Amino acid sequence: MTADIQESVQTGQTDKRKPPPRGKMTYVAIAVVTIGLLGLAQDVVTNPNFGWRVVAQYVFSGYILKGLTLTIALTVLVMLLGTLGGLVIAMMRISNSVFLKIVANCYINLFRGIPLLIQVLFWFNIAALFPNIRIGIPFGPTFSELDTNMLVTPFIAAVIALTLNEIAYMAEIIRGGLLGVDSGQYEAAEALGMPPRMTLNVILPQAIRIIIPPTANQLITTFKNTALVSVIGLADLLHSAQIVYAINYQTIPLLITASLWYLLLSSLLNWLQSVLEKRYSKGFQPRTNRRKPSTDKTPEETLV
Amino acid sequence: MTMTTKGGSVPTPKVDLQGVIKRFGDLQVLNGIDLQISSGEVCCLIGPSGSGKSTLLRMVNGLLLTDEGRVYVDGTLMGFREEGNDLIGITSPQLARQRRNIGMVFQRFNLFPHLTALDNVTIGPIKLLQMNRKKAENKAQELLAQVGLSARASYYPNELSGGQQQRIAIARALAMDPSVMLFDEPTSALDPELVGEVLSVIKSLAADGMTMLVVTHEISFAREVADTVVFMDQGKIVEKGPPEQILTRPQSGRTQDFLARATEAR
Repeated sequence: MTADIQESVQTGQTDKRKPPPRGKMTYVAIAVVTIGLLGLAQDVVTNPNFGWRVVAQYVFSGYILKGLTLTIALTVLVMLLGTLGGLVIAMMRISNSVFLKIVANCYINLFRGIPLLIQVLFWFNIAALFPNIRIGIPFGPTFSELDTNMLVTPFIAAVIALTLNEIAYMAEIIRGGLLGVDSGQYEAAEALGMPPRMTLNVILPQAIRIIIPPTANQLITTFKNTALVSVIGLADLLHSAQIVYAINYQTIPLLITASLWYLLLSSLLNWLQSVLEKRYSKGFQPRTNRRKPSTDKTPEETLV
Repeated sequence: MTMTTKGGSVPTPKVDLQGVIKRFGDLQVLNGIDLQISSGEVCCLIGPSGSGKSTLLRMVNGLLLTDEGRVYVDGTLMGFREEGNDLIGITSPQLARQRRNIGMVFQRFNLFPHLTALDNVTIGPIKLLQMNRKKAENKAQELLAQVGLSARASYYPNELSGGQQQRIAIARALAMDPSVMLFDEPTSALDPELVGEVLSVIKSLAADGMTMLVVTHEISFAREVADTVVFMDQGKIVEKGPPEQILTRPQSGRTQDFLARATEAR
């Protein structure tokens, strides 16, 4: 802007810059969207079936908040366990051992290839497959035997199902991050004489920068996926809403109530993702709080 | 361990490559390399790109392992242990241990970007030699002074010029007290005006009696510093000898062609 003005001052002309005229289709689109939104807004306000009063009544109710707490706890637990497990599987995938590679590949293929809903149902019904869990040595002595239904509660089943799935996805994200680090970094660490485990200590901090954005994305996905556990009767956010509308038949208002919470927290995570991304990309640009290295050399830098 | 008594009274060379062959799939990159470098010798490897120079360098510190032939550094067989006539591969941690007294400097510096210059230099001694931090930092400061960068200790690599980064990389390698230094085209990624500062550090190392193997395109540098110049082409050593012989009166037509093109480009 100012540059334009300065230039026009130099040439002694006033030439104001304007954007090119909009196409006809843009006006049509604006009109259609505006009319549509207005219609929707009118309906949202006037249609009593939305039941905004019911939404307001339940959105902060103890029952819904308790469900929300379980949803958040499940998300945090699954994400933590999934990241740790994912790191292990990722390292197996990039290891030199063909055996470990095959095991990791099979794992990822298995847990990514079956719908998560089926996995949740499967672990919930695991007692049908193994009524008792035996702790001991295969074909050898048994130390302890437990009733599966006592051990695998709906919560445990949900954690197992979501975590095993999460590990498969996180493994791929972490592997992508590790492969994204310049191969020269691996060479430099190895040339210094670092054993593989220590090499990873040097590579991981660099990989984090690449791992963070897809992980935040995965976190949002996981948060929403926890709604699947409602099918096994675990009182998460969705199931809590379902229990309420099973009693008062206010299906839509309660689904809206749950959705508002999902939407709010997803948006929060989205915002967090952009903050983290900015922070971690900064580490790889010159810091601004320090004077730039001068191009002219201090006397001590000039070699004799 | 198994100090092979080769030749009896003849001193063991620092670096000893015997009939080294390396293949990448169907492509044979090194076709039987024999090369000995004695203590304090500076050996410059020259040759067209794709001739196997960088591969050869990576065989010396075991970043790549031989398919046939043997590599000894300080009398130690790299990457394998001998059992009768068989060579059995050693584990990664064992190989890592073998590499610790061989310093390497890369074309693209490969400093750790999340560490300051000082931490780049101290990470080896602290993590691998269990040196205490204070001692490691004192030593690192000395090394940074030696490459003329004391004032840059707290800078991150991306805050430094290419020449400065490469000098830090040299300090990082020296921090491990290497008995041999390997340089892989240390000035090829630098702006022309920054080449001199890196070469002068390498020259001062040569003057201090460091054993060095340098892959380079800087013919005049090789002439000045090298005790031996090796010309490689198509995975073979075509000629080797003192610089005045190889660079001034090359016997092979291929060496003559290469030198003509290399000096023409200047």
